[in-house]
Amino acid sequence: MKRLFPVALLVAIGMFAYAPFLILDAPYESTMGLVQKIFYFHVATAITMFGSAFVAGIAGAIFLFGNRPAADRVAVGAAELTVLFGLIVLISGPLWARKAWGVWWQWDARLTSTLVMWLVFQAYLVLRRFGGPGSEKLSAAVAVFGAALVPFVYWSVNLWRTVHPTTNVVPSLDPSMRGPFLWSVAAFLLLYVLLLGARTALENRRARLDSLYLALED
Amino acid sequence: MSTAVLVVRKDLLVETRSREVVYTSLLFAISCMLVFAFGLVKEGRVVADAAAAILWITIAFAGTLALGRIFDRERQNETMRALLLAPAPRAAIYVGKLAGVVLLLLLVEAVVVPLVALMFDAPLFRHAAMMLGLLLAGSLGYAAVGTLFAAMLARSRSRATLLPVLLYPMTVPVIIGGVRGTAALLQPEADLAMARAWLVLLLCFDALFVTLSLWIFEPVMTE
Repeated sequence: MKRLFPVALLVAIGMFAYAPFLILDAPYESTMGLVQKIFYFHVATAITMFGSAFVAGIAGAIFLFGNRPAADRVAVGAAELTVLFGLIVLISGPLWARKAWGVWWQWDARLTSTLVMWLVFQAYLVLRRFGGPGSEKLSAAVAVFGAALVPFVYWSVNLWRTVHPTTNVVPSLDPSMRGPFLWSVAAFLLLYVLLLGARTALENRRARLDSLYLALED
Repeated sequence: MSTAVLVVRKDLLVETRSREVVYTSLLFAISCMLVFAFGLVKEGRVVADAAAAILWITIAFAGTLALGRIFDRERQNETMRALLLAPAPRAAIYVGKLAGVVLLLLLVEAVVVPLVALMFDAPLFRHAAMMLGLLLAGSLGYAAVGTLFAAMLARSRSRATLLPVLLYPMTVPVIIGGVRGTAALLQPEADLAMARAWLVLLLCFDALFVTLSLWIFEPVMTE
């Protein structure tokens, strides 16, 4: 892992450096034109964010039921990254929506469930930070609930919106756009794995330091 | 199961003696309605669908207040620890607490629903059975998540601020289902099919979140 990290980091840097050229070469979308290019950024981070939330939820469940502290250290990193990638999604989304739909925000299923998930993981971090001792377990429960909640929010808002239909532009992907898109998804996922690995290593080291301090005091 | 009944009886006994939570949450619910009235009544008429929103948001807010107080009381008297030390399955304690919270919510609703119907001129009793179903399913779902998180937070430092922060995003499906289902009933021509769809959503939410809470309560409440 340690030796692999710099190599993977270089690959990620290379991928991100090459991505703009690929995106430049991709064809313009017929109605939205240049604005549609944000898609490669927005959707890739959104996929990473949802993946990260499920990683946090599963790690939380393993921590709760298997009683493995190592899983908790992964969950913290995943929760922080969910919030980070969620912020990118929630900023790049409205920028695109303003141009494509004419409004900054729509209460549509996708947008609402993203916002709810982001709020749940914010709550996770707030609880961890201000909850005092013992909040690891509580926040793990929050992560599990958060991961279970999202399909529900999606379903319910979808049902709500069928009563009030809106024009929803979901781009159906052209084959010439698929290449750059998959490229950026892969780049973001690689970046995510690297960040999560670094964050977990930091947390592992912190736990080891704590146990060493305790051993010294005894 | 008998443990759960004992826990409910204990909670009800404490509550009938003091009546603290019922009075404060009722008063709070009525104050909530008053505040909404200023924002949502225009030229003497209520904005469309506002009655449904006022009803459910009031229930959610009053519910948070009640949940916080119920578990504060347990913590102050150190009875939470006694409950957890008792040789009873944790799930039974959770069920007992959940039933107590649901009963309390229903009591608050018994006052709030007629008040909303009266003050905002909403025909909430036109389809009484469907409305009752929505209220029951919504309260159960809200209380299922609320009881778990309030019990968890009882030991933590800033519980009063953390509970709403955790609870409101988690209970979004209950609020959506309750508000939209009620709004469907309140239309001039009540949309029963729509209300039934929302009731199904609420019941699915209840099933999943009660199961998940029962499952999670045990490891979370173990020190």
